Amino acid sequence: MSGDYLTPALTGATLLRANPVSKLFAAVVITLALLASIDWVSAAVVLACELVLLPLLGISVLGLARRIWPLLVAALLGAYGTALLAEKTGGVLLDVGPFLFTEGSVAAGIAVGLRGLALALPGIYILLTTDPTDLADALAQKLHLPHRFVLGALASLRLVGLLVEQWEMLGLARHARGIGSDGSPVARVRNLLGQSFGLIVQAIRRATRLATAMEARGFGGGTRTWARTSTFSALDVGVAGVGLVIASGATTAAVLAGTWNFILS
Amino acid sequence: MTPVPAPSPGAASVSARGWGWRHAGRRAFAARHLDLEIRPGERVLLLGASGAGKSTVLHGLAGLLGSQDEGEQEGELLLDGVRPADARGRAGLVLQDPETQVVLARVGDEVAFAAENLAVPREQIWQRVHRALDDVGLDLPLDHPTGALSGGQKQRLALAAVLAMEPGLLLLDEPTANLDPDGVLEVRDAVVRVLDRTGATLVVVEHRVAVWADVVDRVIVLDAAGGVLADGAPGVVLVQEGTRARLADAGVWIPGRQPFVGGPVPDGGGDVLLSAQALAVARTKRGPAAVEDLAVDVRAGQALSITGPNGAGKSTAALTLGCLLRPRAGRLDALPGLAGAAGSDPFRWRSPQLVQRIGTVFQEPEHQFLTPSVAEELEFGPRRVGGTADPRRTGELAERLRLTHLLRANPFTLSGGEKRRLSVATMLATAPRILILDEPTFGQDALTWAELVTLLRELIDAGVAVVSVTHDADFIAALGGATLHVSGGAGRLVAS
Repeated sequence: MSGDYLTPALTGATLLRANPVSKLFAAVVITLALLASIDWVSAAVVLACELVLLPLLGISVLGLARRIWPLLVAALLGAYGTALLAEKTGGVLLDVGPFLFTEGSVAAGIAVGLRGLALALPGIYILLTTDPTDLADALAQKLHLPHRFVLGALASLRLVGLLVEQWEMLGLARHARGIGSDGSPVARVRNLLGQSFGLIVQAIRRATRLATAMEARGFGGGTRTWARTSTFSALDVGVAGVGLVIASGATTAAVLAGTWNFILS
Repeated sequence: MTPVPAPSPGAASVSARGWGWRHAGRRAFAARHLDLEIRPGERVLLLGASGAGKSTVLHGLAGLLGSQDEGEQEGELLLDGVRPADARGRAGLVLQDPETQVVLARVGDEVAFAAENLAVPREQIWQRVHRALDDVGLDLPLDHPTGALSGGQKQRLALAAVLAMEPGLLLLDEPTANLDPDGVLEVRDAVVRVLDRTGATLVVVEHRVAVWADVVDRVIVLDAAGGVLADGAPGVVLVQEGTRARLADAGVWIPGRQPFVGGPVPDGGGDVLLSAQALAVARTKRGPAAVEDLAVDVRAGQALSITGPNGAGKSTAALTLGCLLRPRAGRLDALPGLAGAAGSDPFRWRSPQLVQRIGTVFQEPEHQFLTPSVAEELEFGPRRVGGTADPRRTGELAERLRLTHLLRANPFTLSGGEKRRLSVATMLATAPRILILDEPTFGQDALTWAELVTLLRELIDAGVAVVSVTHDADFIAALGGATLHVSGGAGRLVAS
């Protein structure tokens, strides 16, 4: 019922032990390499590497597909749409009424689908293997972001999970007052708006109380110490290094294959 | 009464001289004309009517009242001779609601949080964490998820989190009001253990005096008009006839004195309205069932009290009997006396049909407020049912629940007791045959409690079935009827 956003989804993952900052670094360099060029070779290399690294998550390809299936659908749709609408170059593969696919348009479609997936996976890997508390520690201690901002965001993340619970409770409470999910479409929309407003009111009250509780424990002063040290280990050198290798490898492969297509040229 | 330990060097003193505080945007002062001296190591129970400013005093001592744009201050309030805001970490405050105080995801981090904020060196933080968890008797691994704790455990965690600051003054704002009887003792005993070890000064606010009367050495009663009404040892203040009467008038629960309730304990009971057989109840469609194999009848003109420990599934059972949650398995049938023309399957009723038959009052009244004024709240249900509201009936209802002077007020601005009365009134507006209440007496003062019991007795006499989820033994005894005890996934009827 309540979404738990405070514990990572995969507890057996190797990546769980890496510092969030090194994971972020690897994800950023890979993303930059992918954004620099629109071609299918770099995207395919990155995607292949990401799949090879899947054991770091401690789940199977099928397990991953079950968690990210909406992304797969979106990538397929993107590839299909591009193949249908892109410039028609090369030999004709299929020509039925309005549907015209050529070698050129299909290649463009595949490139878009692969890039979409390759771009999304680093973020998914981080999301599945990072404890938000560790992330906050790393952001404040290693990247020196302001602690008030980082801890405020961490505390509010917990409230996001509670919102799901509150939404359901509000729905039942309103049903008890005679507002149900029955009625005309207009009445339903009005009910939905009313319930959303109720949720906002509750969320603000809850956040205010939490802020009071935090302030009562001395939060908000100038200096603070950290009970947990955010540390780097050999694993982090590996994670950052692998990120660099994937990014440069993909770029080199695309240049050698002659498909490199720099976005600013 | 426990002997007063020698004040520890760390214990804080409190001094108020003509102190008052008015919240920005309010006309009246929340607390005023307060003159007080509390010595280091004293254990004080702070009493007073609703609105006498007890919480304001605690917030002031915790340094939470803030600067001039948040309100206006009169006189001075000092902690160890300085302004509380300049003594960060000297006072630690535990609030009433266990749910809204948890900041972090793991038990150890939660306790460490306050010490981190005070810039305690790292190696000392974990020593403090272990000692604080030890003090409150929470024997859990440091990475235990805070979301998985019971109400009593959460309050002890909040206490441990405050203890990690090693405060000289412990401030408790109705810390046990939302807990079941076991949770109340758990928290109270933890506080006593902590005070015996640290010698810190204590100021606790609580309606239920009996819980704290034996462990404090001084009782201070605030006057709603400002200043102090009574001040002295519990054996004097709580025993003197004069102050006892005034405390009772202020809604304080005094040991050995039952609040006055009108009418006799209802007995008997009429036709069965709602019948549950082999009923399994669950919060979600897929999650585990909370209670299984329930067999219970809801009868006209009879109370049914649902009891059991925190988290046993009492509320889930009540929401299912209220026909708001679908049963996981088994049958829930509406008999003709309840169903009328709407059919025997309550889950096929439309919302307006439901509110004419079953009214459910949630624990948090605010969840059910839908309109900007008390009058519109009262008219809302009848309008849903018949298109219009009879102003005479609404007027009568407002009169009966003492809401007439508030008809134009915004429901969210009412006091706790008024909100409770309004939430009951909105359900009564459509004259349901069954009224379901979730923890109606949590955190209520004795006056509101007596009012509510009197009203429910009248309803039962008039043939309404009253189903309540409650820990309150006095409340159960006052309403009579049947009791359903829920624990360990099963429910059994207990003879009353």
